[in-house]
Amino acid sequence: MDPQTVIAKRIARELKSGMLVNLGIGIPTLVAGYAAPDVQVFFHSENGLIGTGAIPAEGMAHPTLTDAGGRPVTALPGASTFDSAISFGFMRGGHVDITVLGGLQVDQTGHLANWMIPGKMVPGMGGAMDLATGAKRVIVAMQHTAKGQSKIVATCTLPITSARPVDCVVTELAVIRFTGGKAVLAETAPGVSVEQVRSATEADLTVADDLHEMRLS
Amino acid sequence: MKTVPIADAAAMIPDGARIVVGGFLSVGTPDRLMDEIVRQEKRDLTVIANDTARPGIGVGKLIDAKCVRHAIVSHIGTNPETQRQMMAGEITVELVPQGTLIERIRAGGYGLGGILTPTGVGTLVEDGKQKIEVDGTPYLLETALKADFALVHAFLADYLGNLAYALTARNYNPIVAMAGETVIATAEHIVPVGVIAPDHVITPAPLVDYIVANG
Repeated sequence: MDPQTVIAKRIARELKSGMLVNLGIGIPTLVAGYAAPDVQVFFHSENGLIGTGAIPAEGMAHPTLTDAGGRPVTALPGASTFDSAISFGFMRGGHVDITVLGGLQVDQTGHLANWMIPGKMVPGMGGAMDLATGAKRVIVAMQHTAKGQSKIVATCTLPITSARPVDCVVTELAVIRFTGGKAVLAETAPGVSVEQVRSATEADLTVADDLHEMRLS
Repeated sequence: MKTVPIADAAAMIPDGARIVVGGFLSVGTPDRLMDEIVRQEKRDLTVIANDTARPGIGVGKLIDAKCVRHAIVSHIGTNPETQRQMMAGEITVELVPQGTLIERIRAGGYGLGGILTPTGVGTLVEDGKQKIEVDGTPYLLETALKADFALVHAFLADYLGNLAYALTARNYNPIVAMAGETVIATAEHIVPVGVIAPDHVITPAPLVDYIVANG
């Protein structure tokens, strides 16, 4: 199984019926495809849609029904549309149960950096800061390393997205939770040892008392 | 409310004006106004909008045609031309978290001096801003944004100027319509008064100064 699928499948298990969920772009978008069939969640798109559905069939796209990336989507029965002030009120006001965000770095205390690389990539933060600050739970979906470097670092060297720590990061190797300023190794992916996770992680890891193997279905 | 031809609508906007524009990655952006501003070669505009869309699309048209001096937006990642002009020093860009940007525009239109938000506290966004603690939680004071002209796009406009929007093309438009000294609207359909039921009017007619006539 490729790294992105492991991450998406594990995070999909966090989705429970009735939740309001916002998925960022990249790996987070894949999570929707792995939700259990009996789980009915509302997906929120920050451009002003709750009840975001799948990509429409060829020829069925509507120019005014789009996701936060501007791509055509469908709307599920019970969907609603609203203006951007309400949309961000949902995020900042703690009405979004889970947001899944991509990451460049997460540090030992759970700070996420995902919006700029000074001098290289300055796309603007869009809605990332509001989501990372206001959603009830923030889950980061990212690969454990990039170009051999750990993305789970002692201290973020990139500008952080929010002072509020994320709840957990899910990688192809592990689930790491952040509580009380500590990075706690809670789950390892099938076939991955604690030592493998440690050697791929720059941050200090505390191993959870109830450490167990990641379940993917 | 007056109905104006597209050329007259854009002609009201002088060089150097501050405009606030509805839309999200061009969905719900008043495209005909973008095209006409480009055709009339406006210069040195300050643009307040969610994003600069993509080259050749939505607000991106104004960037391509060098109509813009300063942009206040939440995202330019989809428009390499905006990034190029910013790096080259041809334009200046103020990047604002999206939820803060819409609230600053809302504050401008609602007669507020600004808003207090937790978004950006402890990040680069707090630089130079006043931090205010309320019940032990720190917030940033983010000041109101207003503009000389608000440019919006509706699904329906009636003869009086009542506006209704379609699906995700609503986005910034109802908030933007409150924040302009002069409000100019384009619409997919211009309909008789009464077609939009009172409960379905999102932007009430007294806010709208001009409806752009169908071409």
